[in-house]
Amino acid sequence: MIKQWATAASAAALALAIGAPEAAAQKSKDTLRIAWEQTVENVDNYYNTNREGILFSRMVWDTLVDRDPKTFKTIPNLATAWKWVDDRTLEMELRQGVKFHNGEEFDADDVVFTLNYISNPENKVINQSNVSWIEKAEKLDKFKIRIITKKPFPAALEFLTIPIVMYPNEYYAKVGPKEMGLKPVGTGPYKATKIVPTKEYTLERWEGHFEGGSKPHAKIKNIVIRTIPEMSTQIAELLAGGLDWIWYVPVDQADRLETVPSLQVVRAETMRIGYIGMDAAGRTSTKALQDVRVRQAIAHAIDRPAIVKNLIGGKSRVLDAPCFPTQFGCDNTVAAKYPYNPAKAKELLAAAGYKDGFEMEFFAYRPRDWSEAILGYLNAVGIKPKLTQMTYFAVRDKNHANATPSYFMDWGSYSINDVSAILPNFFGGSGDDYARDAEVKGWLEAGGATVDEAARKENYSKAIKKITEQAYWLPMFTFVTNYGMTKDLNFEAFADELPRYYLYGWK
Amino acid sequence: MLAYALKRLLLACLVVLTVSGITFIMTNAAIDPAKAIAGANATTEDIEALRRSFGFDRPLVIQYLDWLGNALMGNFGESYRLRTSVAELLLDRLPVTMTLGGLALLFALTLSIPLGVVAALKPNSPVDRLALSMSVLGQALPTFWFALMMIILFGIILRWLPISGSGSWAHFVMPSIALGYYATPAFMRLTRAGMIEVLASDYIRTARAKGLRPATVLFKHALRNAVIPVVSLAAVQFGFMLGGSVVIETIFALHGVGFLAWESISRSDIPVVQAIVLLISLFYIVLTLLADLLNAYLDPRIRVG
Repeated sequence: MIKQWATAASAAALALAIGAPEAAAQKSKDTLRIAWEQTVENVDNYYNTNREGILFSRMVWDTLVDRDPKTFKTIPNLATAWKWVDDRTLEMELRQGVKFHNGEEFDADDVVFTLNYISNPENKVINQSNVSWIEKAEKLDKFKIRIITKKPFPAALEFLTIPIVMYPNEYYAKVGPKEMGLKPVGTGPYKATKIVPTKEYTLERWEGHFEGGSKPHAKIKNIVIRTIPEMSTQIAELLAGGLDWIWYVPVDQADRLETVPSLQVVRAETMRIGYIGMDAAGRTSTKALQDVRVRQAIAHAIDRPAIVKNLIGGKSRVLDAPCFPTQFGCDNTVAAKYPYNPAKAKELLAAAGYKDGFEMEFFAYRPRDWSEAILGYLNAVGIKPKLTQMTYFAVRDKNHANATPSYFMDWGSYSINDVSAILPNFFGGSGDDYARDAEVKGWLEAGGATVDEAARKENYSKAIKKITEQAYWLPMFTFVTNYGMTKDLNFEAFADELPRYYLYGWK
Repeated sequence: MLAYALKRLLLACLVVLTVSGITFIMTNAAIDPAKAIAGANATTEDIEALRRSFGFDRPLVIQYLDWLGNALMGNFGESYRLRTSVAELLLDRLPVTMTLGGLALLFALTLSIPLGVVAALKPNSPVDRLALSMSVLGQALPTFWFALMMIILFGIILRWLPISGSGSWAHFVMPSIALGYYATPAFMRLTRAGMIEVLASDYIRTARAKGLRPATVLFKHALRNAVIPVVSLAAVQFGFMLGGSVVIETIFALHGVGFLAWESISRSDIPVVQAIVLLISLFYIVLTLLADLLNAYLDPRIRVG
C-alpha cells in the first residue's frame, strides 16, 4: 500500500515538474524576463506617471535629444543639432532616414504634432509640468523645427531628453491615447508585440532601429515584463528561475540574494535625495523651529554618515547641498557644513533657550528604521520628536496643509540633471516651501529666467548658500537602488535610475 | 409569499443603494482623486487643472447622482488609471477570481468533509484531535504566511509549481490551497458536529438495526443530512473568498478582481474601487436574499412573522 502511494506521489510530482518554470535564465531563448512592482496604467507615455512608464517609453520611443547616462551631457538622438535662437526659441535639426515601427517616416511634422498635442491642456496630458513650458512648435522645413517656450526655460533640453518622446503624427492623430496604449508605435530599439494592460508587456527588438543616435541596436532580442506587486514573490521567482531581473530589492533581501551563486546584486546610487524639512516659516505651531540655532542644532545632532553606512549601504553619499551633486547649479562649495557634533547641538539649543529640548511632530513615509534612527539622534540631544509614519500622499497632503513641523521626505527631480527640477519646488513659494524666504525665491526665479549659464550658476549658488546657512533643510543622503538579477546578465546601473535594457546583453 | 418576496427585494435594493452611497462618500472623503491622478510629483497647479477637467470641483451630491444614474444603466464610468470602461475591466478580471474562488471552495470541501466525518466517527480519538488541531492551525495561520511558505516549498525548493501568473491550471494550485485552507476549519467543525448529532439519532439506529452496511448508513443516511448546513455555509464562504482574494491574488500576481481592488485602492482609482465594493456587496446581498426566500418557502412561519 505504501509503495502504491509513493509511486502515485512520484508520478504526480514528475507531472507537475514538467510544467514548472525553467530553472535557468532564458539566455538560450534570448529573452529577458523582468518584473515591475508598479502597473503601467497606459503605456502611452503621456498618460502614465510612474517610473516604469518611463522605462517602457525609452524602449519603444525616442526623444529628440538624450543624455549620456554617465556624464549627463546632452547628446543627439532624433535631433542632430540644436541652438538657442533667443531666450525662448530653440531650433533643432532633425535626423533623416528614421522610420517608425509601422513604416511611417520620421520628420518635422511628427515633432510639431507631438509637441503641439502634448502642450495643449485640452489633451489632458497627466504630468503637466513636463509639457506646460512649451508655447508651440513650428516647422521650418522637412527636417528643421523650432520650439517656442512660454517664458525663458533653461531646463528645456533636460525635459527633451527623458519625458518628451516623439510620436508618429499620422498614426497618433488616427488612434489617440487609448489605442496607442494598446498598439504603441515609435522609433525606439524595441517594438511592442503584445500588451495586456497592467499585466504583461512583450517587446521584440526593432531591426529597423536607426543608427547614430543615443541608443545602439538592442542586444537582447525579446523582453517580457510582468507586473508582480509583491517583492517576496518577485524574489521567489528570481530564485526559482522564473525571472531574470528585478529592482527595488530591500537592503536585507539584497544581502541574502548576494549569497545565491546563480544571482548577482547591483547597488547603485540614484538621483533621489533624502532630506529633513523644518518649519522655519512658522506655518505650524512649533515655534522652536523658527530659530535658526535650533535648526542648526538638529543638523549637528544627526550622524548622517552612520545612517548611510549602516542603513542605506551601497554607494550612498552624505549631502551638504540640497540637490544631487551632478545637477547643473548644485554648488557644494558654498554649502554650509554640519558635521555630527551632539555637544555643539546641545550648545545651540541652550543658546536658543531650549536647554531641556522641546517636543515636535515628525512625519515620514520611508522605512521606519530610517525614521527611528533619526529620532534616536534627536532624542540624544534632548529634542523629543513624535513620529507619525504615513504613506507618501498622506505626508504630502499634510505638508501642503501647514501641518508638518518637521519631516523626512525625498525628491527624485524627475531624473532631470538641473537644480531647477528641485530647488524652485521647495524654496520657490509653493505648498512645499517651509522656508518662505523671499531672497532665496528671488534668486531661484532669476536662475530660472535665463539660459545664460554663468548667470544661472551665480543665482543658484547664492540660494544654496543661504538655504544651508539658515538650515531650512537638512540634506541627508543620496538614495541607493538595489537590483537583483541572474549572473548571466551584463548589467549597468545609472544615477538617473533608468535601466537601459537595450544596452544589456548576455555574458 | 409574493408580497414577502417583493418586500425583501425592495429591502435588498435599499441596501444596495445605501452601500453605493456610503462607498461613494467614503472613497471621496479618503482620497482626493485629482491628486491621485496627478501622481507623486505633481504641482498644485497640475492638480487644480485636473480637478477642473475631470469635474471633481462639482458638489459631491451632484457627482454621486451623476454616477448613480450611469451605474443604473450599467455604466460604472472609466478607470482613472486605465482609461477603459470599469464594466469591461471587471468582466475581464472576474473569471480569474471565480476560478480561484471555485477551486478554493472545492479544495476546502474535499479536505474538510472527509476529515469531519472521520473525526465524528471516533470523537476524542487521536484522529479527532489531529483534525481539530488542523482546524485550529487553519484559522491561526495568516493566509499570506501560509502562501509564502508554499511558494518556498513548492516553487523554490521542489520547483513543482509556478509561483506567479495565471497562464495554466498549475498556476491556480497554490493560490487555491492558500485561500481554501482558511475556510477548511469551519466546514470541518460543522461536518463533525452534524455527523455526531446525526449518528446518535433514532433513524440511524433503525438503519443499523435493519442490517444495512456501515458504509451505506454513514454516507447515504448520515452524511446526506449532516452536510446540509455545510452547503449553506459554502455559499457564504464563496462570497467571502471572492472578497478575500485580495491578498492571495496580490501574492501570486493573479490578475483577478482582488488584485484589481488592491491596485485600484493603492492608486486611488475611485470608479474601480466603487464598482468592486458594489459588486462584492451585490454578491452577498443576492446570496442572502436567495437564502431568505428559500427559508421562507420552506418555513411559512417566516413569511408571517
